[in-house]
Amino acid sequence: MIWQLDLAILTLVVICGIGAITVKDLLGAAILFGAYSFMMCLLWSIMGAVDVSFTEASVGAGVSTVFFIAAVFRTTRRTKD
Amino acid sequence: MKVLGLIIAILTGGLLIYATVDFPAWADPASPASMHVSPHYIEKTMEETSVPNIVTAVLADYRGYDTMFETAVIFAAGVACFLLLRIFLRDAPEERLYRHVLTGVTIRIKKGGRLPDSDDFDRIDTLWTPHDLIIKTISRLLIPFIQLFGLYVIAHGHHSPGGGFQGGVILGASIILLAISYDLRTALRRIREKVDAILCAVGVFIYAGTGALCLLLGFNFLDYSALASILHVDPVTARSHGILIVEIGVGITVMATMIWIYKNLASTGKYDEGL
Repeated sequence: MIWQLDLAILTLVVICGIGAITVKDLLGAAILFGAYSFMMCLLWSIMGAVDVSFTEASVGAGVSTVFFIAAVFRTTRRTKD
Repeated sequence: MKVLGLIIAILTGGLLIYATVDFPAWADPASPASMHVSPHYIEKTMEETSVPNIVTAVLADYRGYDTMFETAVIFAAGVACFLLLRIFLRDAPEERLYRHVLTGVTIRIKKGGRLPDSDDFDRIDTLWTPHDLIIKTISRLLIPFIQLFGLYVIAHGHHSPGGGFQGGVILGASIILLAISYDLRTALRRIREKVDAILCAVGVFIYAGTGALCLLLGFNFLDYSALASILHVDPVTARSHGILIVEIGVGITVMATMIWIYKNLASTGKYDEGL
């Protein structure tokens, strides 16, 4: 485990998380969630949990982002609050 | 209200971070979690189940009961999305759009009107009408390889990272890619709603049925060594094969559920037109 890499990815995770809840554009929030999941996937693989990392990449970054985008497509693009 | 929420979130997050101080150090062999059953799994998995990937063996064999109910949860999620979102249309929509394939001209047909007798017209969505040759061709070329990779991930879960969940998601994603690059109706022609619903249940049935079969043969529920007499192999190999059977069941359920949820979400349950 290289701590510099770990720190950089953790920082990106926090930035993506905060970005996803503050951004007004819901499509942007969905894509930020995808980036968040991908960073988490990298963290899992750094820690050696390759199976969890694979699940995170396919379910978290892949399909759930598509579900978010499908939901945004069918509702409104901009958040009300 | 917003300030209150922020305060609660910061307090909870602070408490959680404070609690991590009590955690054992990362990869500490003397931590309580690594003392109890982990050594047994690490040392005995290969001779008990002949599966090199310990994670797969724990997931589908030692903790098979948990995984069975995880599969049932995924099945329930698919059914819940169907029950919440599905709307059965009684009459045709107000208007429909058609594209003339050769010229690219779009025509609109109001309710009651009818299309000229010709095969040159393609129905397109009213909300979103992508028509991109490059995306369509590349997706059509990629989808078989994605599906092949999904099957590989399911079948090779014994030796490498992967298994039913990941492989099923990849297989489902290939159909979702088809629905995005073409349109929802193309994906519906490939896999109809009824097929989704049946496959969803078949996967759980394969899993629970394997367990019940072991029970019928006089062993414990989900004790795959019972399958040795049916498969004509020794009990250790039978456990390895049993894991493959339940992984296939998980893969089928996950694939069908992902496609089903996507169809319901993208068309808001109308199955008429969608992303």
